Amino acid sequence: MTDWLFYIFAILAVLAALSVAISRNPVNAAMGMIVSFIGMAALFVLLETYFLAVLQVLVYAGAIVVLFLFIIMMMDVTSAAAPKPAALIASAAALGVMVAGSWFVSFSELAGPFPERSVDAPAAVAKIFGVELFTRHILAFQVIGFLLLIAMIGVIVVSRKMPQPTEGGAK
Amino acid sequence: MTLTPVGLEHYLFVACLLFSIGVFGVLLRSNTLIILMCLELMLSASIVALIAFSRFNAIEGSLMMGGNLFVLFIIAIAAAEVAIGLAIIVALWRRQQTLDATEITSLKH
Repeated sequence: MTDWLFYIFAILAVLAALSVAISRNPVNAAMGMIVSFIGMAALFVLLETYFLAVLQVLVYAGAIVVLFLFIIMMMDVTSAAAPKPAALIASAAALGVMVAGSWFVSFSELAGPFPERSVDAPAAVAKIFGVELFTRHILAFQVIGFLLLIAMIGVIVVSRKMPQPTEGGAK
Repeated sequence: MTLTPVGLEHYLFVACLLFSIGVFGVLLRSNTLIILMCLELMLSASIVALIAFSRFNAIEGSLMMGGNLFVLFIIAIAAAEVAIGLAIIVALWRRQQTLDATEITSLKH
């Protein structure tokens, strides 16, 4: 049963990701991104990592996609032109090579051996998560807090109105 | 139809596939917004691989929470990254009225 769920959600995530990469309209791309992130969150649930699944939906499918949609609305973006055939062929070739490489590292004879699930999911219990986060990784946690603060200040600085560059200046 | 039981290699393959699609989108598209979206997809694909490895490598006595905690930090960094990326895109839009990466050439000599 869970195997079927894995295949369903994996295919959902991959197809939605493809729609992000190829859809002309940025709004459709953002919608595809939501579906892809929810598919990935479902994979996390199948891995019994419930806390991170919730976080994935809240932060990625919620905050980040909404931020993208805000910007799309603000700029009144129109649909993009079709990519050049040369670019399409080159990117598709790169995709083919990478998919073959993925197959090689996952399923070929040289890959693995991969471990099996042996214990109950460690991250299924929020307590273990919190204890690990606030004891061994407390420094990284505080650094990430500062990083978010710095990012916030940086966004304010970058996006405020710049004085118009003078004619003949930096070009 | 019989399916092989899902193991770590299946999750790894899905993660690699999502990452490849992200790279494909970055190479293919010239819209900076969609390039940023594909970058987010790539980060998210790495998260799938981290969680799968952390789940399957956990053994009694060594729970391998590192992968899961890494994911928490990656999500925070992704949020910071997308905020700054979008701010840069807004600044570019104000300056040049374009989102096309091929038209943003002011750093070219």
